[in-house]
Amino acid sequence: MKRYVIIGNGTAAVGCIEGVRSVDKSGGITVISAENRPVYSRPLISYYLEGKTDLERMKYRGDGFYEENGCCVVYGERAVSVDACGKAVTLEDGETVLYDELCVAAGSRPFVPPFEGLDTVEKKFPFMTLDDALALESALCKESRVLIVGAGLIGLKCAEGIKERAGSITVCDLADRVLSSILDTDCASFVQRHLESNGISFLLGDTAVRFDKNTAYMKSGKTVDFDILVLAVGVRANAELVREAGGVVNRGIVVNEKMQTSLPSVRAAGDCAEGYDSSVGANRVLAILPNAYMQGYTAGVNMAGGDMSFANAIPMNSIGFFGLHMMTAGAYDGEMTEERTEEGIKRFFVKDGLLKGFIIIGGTERAGIYTSLIREKTPLESIDFELTKKAATNLIFSQEVRRQKFGGVV
Amino acid sequence: MKRVYVNEEWCLGCHLCEYNCAFANSHLKDMVYALKDKKIFPRIHVEGDDRITFAVSCRHCADPICVKSCIAGAISKKDGVVKIDRSKCVGCLTCVLVCPYGALAPGENGTMQKCELCLENTCGAPACVTGCPNKAIVYEERGERE
Repeated sequence: MKRYVIIGNGTAAVGCIEGVRSVDKSGGITVISAENRPVYSRPLISYYLEGKTDLERMKYRGDGFYEENGCCVVYGERAVSVDACGKAVTLEDGETVLYDELCVAAGSRPFVPPFEGLDTVEKKFPFMTLDDALALESALCKESRVLIVGAGLIGLKCAEGIKERAGSITVCDLADRVLSSILDTDCASFVQRHLESNGISFLLGDTAVRFDKNTAYMKSGKTVDFDILVLAVGVRANAELVREAGGVVNRGIVVNEKMQTSLPSVRAAGDCAEGYDSSVGANRVLAILPNAYMQGYTAGVNMAGGDMSFANAIPMNSIGFFGLHMMTAGAYDGEMTEERTEEGIKRFFVKDGLLKGFIIIGGTERAGIYTSLIREKTPLESIDFELTKKAATNLIFSQEVRRQKFGGVV
Repeated sequence: MKRVYVNEEWCLGCHLCEYNCAFANSHLKDMVYALKDKKIFPRIHVEGDDRITFAVSCRHCADPICVKSCIAGAISKKDGVVKIDRSKCVGCLTCVLVCPYGALAPGENGTMQKCELCLENTCGAPACVTGCPNKAIVYEERGERE
């Protein structure tokens, strides 16, 4: 019987467990969980603060999940080293766990730049784990002036989540626009106006250079007084275990389409891994939940002796703020065409006869049809793409393709 | 397993499937009371133009990307049927972003809903199929991989 070990207990770990079990029903699975709780839906921490979910409903899997899947979970322990030759993982308490197949699904951690005077700030929080959200919740009161450093997905979801529970919220970012990793300038300013109309203030192209207790001194010379500081600058992959074991690490643990690292019998998945992004044709850390699950599942299947490749990963995000939804996918590469609708903006990026990426703000109905065109690399000459720009529809495909899609004709 | 299949040549574009779906999932006894003067949120929708029309609902894929992508772990597949636990859904629309068929849409309260083949409402078999006047949608076993 194979011994499977998974370092990490998040979405990628669940994918790995379910992948292993799709092939091997009997081998033992040990899960090393740094967090002292069963797997939960991490992207829901802002919805928790907003009151849209609760701890019970945030469970990513049911209560019997580990038992039903024959997993032994070691809670509250970190893996401190991997011996790829001896096939052993050493834990903080000195215990050694032997494996036949290992998956490193250790996630990422908040990146905090070395701000001067940060140690003088009493109430400061990252915003990544449920424990972070619970700590922030207990510090918040109706009068709290909150400064969020970072106008990315994490910082802005945090802002939305605590809006009704705080006195004021200011978000600053060194970038000149909100959501700079997924939106271009025009789309970002559209979203920024919406956020401002919902009571969020911004200091963009500006960041804190120094803190003194409850005051932030900005690069621009401005000062911001605050009661609570949220640090959402960015994240770094937890790749050290593999790097120190001699494995190849770039911005994340480098994996191939079968989730193999450069070390034998060691795979990696999720936010700690740097896998192939088919929209740019190169390796990239794709720190998004669907990718974590699919990488984890692929790793699990292969660890158990199956054969699976995950070759069509692309960046994609669906996110909403105060009722405005937006979706983005792929690479913003090639010729851009824009459709302005009553509800918002659609931008498509076309290159070499293929849809490479899109940004949609408002009007997100059936956007998965667009996403599939990117993932499947569907030649646009084979469909009626002009028709679909205004509204996504299956009418763009030929009748024969529709018969395959909806008629079960193979 | 049996699935809902589309014969688009026979679709009249009458949208009755949408009304029958909304009624079946309203859990009300009176169709007029359930639907009259209300915006409906069916789990099947008719697409098309003035020449071609066809109904689209969940394909219950062999490898459902919505299940793998749901950030709340709210979508699962059991006995061949892809289901959603709407109490867990936070309405992030990630399933809309990934479904290649465009088969999911939010319900009235903003949480997602999808075709679950009427297996758990009072119909027991897809109401869209039962009510289709021209057999443009059928509920059949066609040997697809589950």
